[in-house]
Amino acid sequence: MPRINSPAELEKFRKDILSKRDPKKPCIAVCTGTGCLALGASKVVAAIKEEIKKQGLESKVKVEADIRETGCPGFCERGPLLVIYPEEICYLQVQPEDAKEIISQTILAGNVVDRLLYTGPKPDEKIVQESEIPFYKNQKRLLIGNNIRMDPKSIEDYLAAGGYRALVKALCENTPEQVLELVKKAELRGRGGAGFPAGKKWEFTRNSQDETKYVVVNADEGDPGAFMDRALLEGNPHSVLEGLLIGAYAIGANEGFIYVRQEYPLAVENATIAIRQAEESGFLGKNILGSGFDFNVHLHQGAGAFVCGEETALLMSLEGKPGEPNQKPPYPAVKGLWGKPTNINNVETWANVPLIINKGAEFFTSIGTEKSKGTKIFSLVGKVNNTGLVEVPMGITLKDIIYEIGGGIPGGKKFKAVQTGGPSGGCIPEEHLDIKVDFDELAKVGAIMGSGGMIVMDEDTCMVDVAKYFLNFLTDESCGKCAPCREGIRQMLKILTNISKGKGKEGDVELLQEMAEITRDASLCALGGSAPNPVLSTIRYFRGEYEAHINEGKCPAFVCKDLISFYIDPEKCTACMICLRKCPADAIIGGKKQIHVIDQEKCTNCGTCYEVCPTRFAAIRRLSGEPVPPPIPEEERTIVGASKK
Amino acid sequence: MSEILLQIDGKEVKAAEGMTILEAAQSVGVTIPTLCHLEKLTPYGACRICTVEVDIGGRTSLFPSCLYPVAEGLVVRTRSDRVDRIRKMILEWQLAHAPDSEQLKDLAQIYGADKDRFEKEPAFCILCGLCVRYCAEVKKKYAVGFNDRGPRREIAFVVEVASKECWNCKECFPLCPTSYAQAAYVLTEALAFPGRSSEPLPAE
Repeated sequence: MPRINSPAELEKFRKDILSKRDPKKPCIAVCTGTGCLALGASKVVAAIKEEIKKQGLESKVKVEADIRETGCPGFCERGPLLVIYPEEICYLQVQPEDAKEIISQTILAGNVVDRLLYTGPKPDEKIVQESEIPFYKNQKRLLIGNNIRMDPKSIEDYLAAGGYRALVKALCENTPEQVLELVKKAELRGRGGAGFPAGKKWEFTRNSQDETKYVVVNADEGDPGAFMDRALLEGNPHSVLEGLLIGAYAIGANEGFIYVRQEYPLAVENATIAIRQAEESGFLGKNILGSGFDFNVHLHQGAGAFVCGEETALLMSLEGKPGEPNQKPPYPAVKGLWGKPTNINNVETWANVPLIINKGAEFFTSIGTEKSKGTKIFSLVGKVNNTGLVEVPMGITLKDIIYEIGGGIPGGKKFKAVQTGGPSGGCIPEEHLDIKVDFDELAKVGAIMGSGGMIVMDEDTCMVDVAKYFLNFLTDESCGKCAPCREGIRQMLKILTNISKGKGKEGDVELLQEMAEITRDASLCALGGSAPNPVLSTIRYFRGEYEAHINEGKCPAFVCKDLISFYIDPEKCTACMICLRKCPADAIIGGKKQIHVIDQEKCTNCGTCYEVCPTRFAAIRRLSGEPVPPPIPEEERTIVGASKK
Repeated sequence: MSEILLQIDGKEVKAAEGMTILEAAQSVGVTIPTLCHLEKLTPYGACRICTVEVDIGGRTSLFPSCLYPVAEGLVVRTRSDRVDRIRKMILEWQLAHAPDSEQLKDLAQIYGADKDRFEKEPAFCILCGLCVRYCAEVKKKYAVGFNDRGPRREIAFVVEVASKECWNCKECFPLCPTSYAQAAYVLTEALAFPGRSSEPLPAE
């Protein structure tokens, strides 16, 4: 890769790359994002390469197919997945054994392999093209849609897709003030949680009186079940770099940092490669593209503390100190890294910047709602058919995300709630599924956009248990510096644990609310400030469930182990021995032609018997808040013939 | 230095730029309770007992007075329903750890905090960090530090340093609102370097 010294050289280089590429030539793009890799994508790639070699020789037809190992396009549920260009044929759940057929059928003969295609709810409903699959069709994939089109380790792929054009436009055709104005006009809001206007934040930093300024990419994504930033940074690191460069130019910073958690090894690797490539080709360093602007980027690996996603804690960590937040004000825009004005934005925020520069503020503001513009990536997980990453325009309803894109709830179960915004977010019940998803609407129903976690829960979820889960997470992740966060979380978790064990008392819900208010109001940083949200929102919408736990000792969802029991209905049991064999606690008494009985003393309430009992018998009953009927007397347990005695 | 006019509990207060609300209040004899504040140390903002109500930009917000800088026209209330509720609850939480702390008991009386509201978890330490910060900032010895995080956070003496440095200092003991610093030191000494620190090491 040569050093590029001017916009003209860049365009010439881009032309060179494109001239060497034949868009008609088949290209197999295999997702090698973390999700697909875990499902065996690297074996698929190896098998395809092997097949190309083999079949190319055997059939004496020269096979010219490119294999591209790409970032995550989002449909993790059906990985490993691949897309064959130029026809855009999408194969799902591909195994190494499928490689032979893919090469001989699709690449050589031009046929589609039916069984690898997306199948809709009806078995004969096969979809060939990636963009026609309902999961993708209802999205607006401005950012994440590029992942499958490029190898994140190849700057040439990024350039071929028009990369660094926004940088040229910003650096060589606009003043920093103009770039800033454009981002303000686009009304880009920070994608990391609070939704603060990015342009305003940039302006504060720009206006701070100091020669030295810094810009930081916050890639310390820590919400359980969220991986939007990982997918962007590992799938398209140059877009994040390009956004950062443009921001640095607008703000007047010459040094930047990518703070990424070390649990994201592939993101670390790909971002490191991208930085090196950008340095070699002159997108980083001195006098970038001949504009006179200098900029360097360092990558810093976080040690896995959730609180370091909070910007002041992140800066402490970056300075090599314990990751504990500091009081704001002063804001990092005034006094940040090593006391210098610092602008911190989330990965997705930075990745939106090149898009805004390329397509203009009007394009960006044409998408979304009145106060939230553009798209947002959510990681759709939990009890939903199509888990994965979804990028949707702001203003789409929750219902559309869960049912149109997510394909609804698996197993014919009933929807109960959707949790947005991670541990700082809230649970939204069915009655609010029609709200338009944006920063303000989510806040109105007691949740937050957060960085984009979206956990779908079905009827088998206990809301007390959910609140307990998140508080447990926060117990591990609170830094412990300030008293309200440390003590508030501790005491709230204690009460929730008691409630889930049937030791709840009257007044517990009110006490939780009181402590939640103090924790929210008095904590030092946003972690403590938002820690009570899971508690408050579950109380708000599912208070009856709390009361059932406290007053009746009943867990309506049959989750809290101390409040449930299992019982074998002697009328239905056929003595099939399945539960008896599977019970891990040896708590089931019975035998051939002997109606089974659960020894309640031994039973650990694990629920295995309930799960394994064939649905045609459905002999196991779950009980909560009511006594277990006495076991059937021993002399009546024998089954004689088809009837029972 | 320019003079800043603000209002604290209805009083007009003249303060210098760079002062905190806490300092401005103290300068006119308004008492704001603190647990983690010491003039010699960098404000820390961890105990949150000094939280006050501040009217700013048409909104009322809560801030720790030890860290919030004075600004022209600020309206500050050092007592209000909200402020008192916060102080009461924090005291009740802390009293579960250190029920015998005189400082906590005195404040509990003022704010009506019930020391038995929460189940006792006698850690004795309320994690104000005075010992840790004093040792680091004033003595520059780093003989005592924090361990772990969240509810598991605790102070701990660093044996290698404490065994050499602490015997003739012990200045953190009287700073401690619960006397736990001394207890932690004595325990560390007894377990890790018994007798070694009570008197100077013999001259070379």
